[in-house]
Amino acid sequence: MPFVLSKDSPRPTFPPMPDGLFTFFAALTLGAALLLVLSRNAVTSAMGMILALVGIAADFFLLDAYFLGVLQVLVYAGAVMVLFLFIIMLLDTDDAASAYPWKTAALGLATFFLLGAGVLWLFHWSGAVSAAPAGATPPEFSANPAEFTTAAKSFGRLLYTKYLLPLEIAGFLLLVALVGVVSLSKDAPEGQA
Amino acid sequence: MEHTTLAHHLLLAGLLFALGLTGVLVRRNLLVVYMCLELMLAATTLAMVAFSRFAHKMDGAVFVFFVITVAAAEVAVGLALIVALYRRRGTIQSDALNLLRD
Repeated sequence: MPFVLSKDSPRPTFPPMPDGLFTFFAALTLGAALLLVLSRNAVTSAMGMILALVGIAADFFLLDAYFLGVLQVLVYAGAVMVLFLFIIMLLDTDDAASAYPWKTAALGLATFFLLGAGVLWLFHWSGAVSAAPAGATPPEFSANPAEFTTAAKSFGRLLYTKYLLPLEIAGFLLLVALVGVVSLSKDAPEGQA
Repeated sequence: MEHTTLAHHLLLAGLLFALGLTGVLVRRNLLVVYMCLELMLAATTLAMVAFSRFAHKMDGAVFVFFVITVAAAEVAVGLALIVALYRRRGTIQSDALNLLRD
């Protein structure tokens, strides 16, 4: 496991600064996620969610996972969020006008700061995560199917060999979800179902 | 890419997860709660891709592919459930949905 430090691997004396693009997109993603959590208007929340998902997709690009980045934008920020926006417009989703009780707000703040502090300690100061750079840009395609490559066809090769059964199950899951959604949204008469 | 280490990506993923969990706990609008759940899921996929990239292994990325597939199916079913709930109860505020409590 190359990302776990052994006893004799060099430890960073200070955390190295990430590069500019990563900082920009990380800030964008976190800001958009804040908008999602804090906004009272459901449509504004959905816009924050879309922005956060695009930010995550940008991070996929920075991690050289181009195919996943495109997939994230297409499936998540596209199809899924359009579904969300449809439902938001369909239903009357006005938040209750009253402010949140202080107990809820305190619980939320405490959760966020505890988790955030834990994450910061675990990944930044505890030294448990190696500070080794990612290394050279991965090749576009490689003869070894297990190696990280950027081309979409390396996904296809794994999906139709090593992960063939999971792929079939995922397809079947989509079918089941389709049938489930149709039966759920059928207009059942009163007193039935 | 030279100066962005695994820790930075994990940090971003962890903070996003924390934000999502906060939203799930605090918000009362079921649709927003559901979006926050999706944010938590996306944050975990980010961590998975980061591990996959830094370990030079393809398997994590393929797993994220499956996670995205399952998430799409899950969102469709969940939203259908929310619509059905709204049809029956006329609200999707979670604090109004205490039918089983009293």
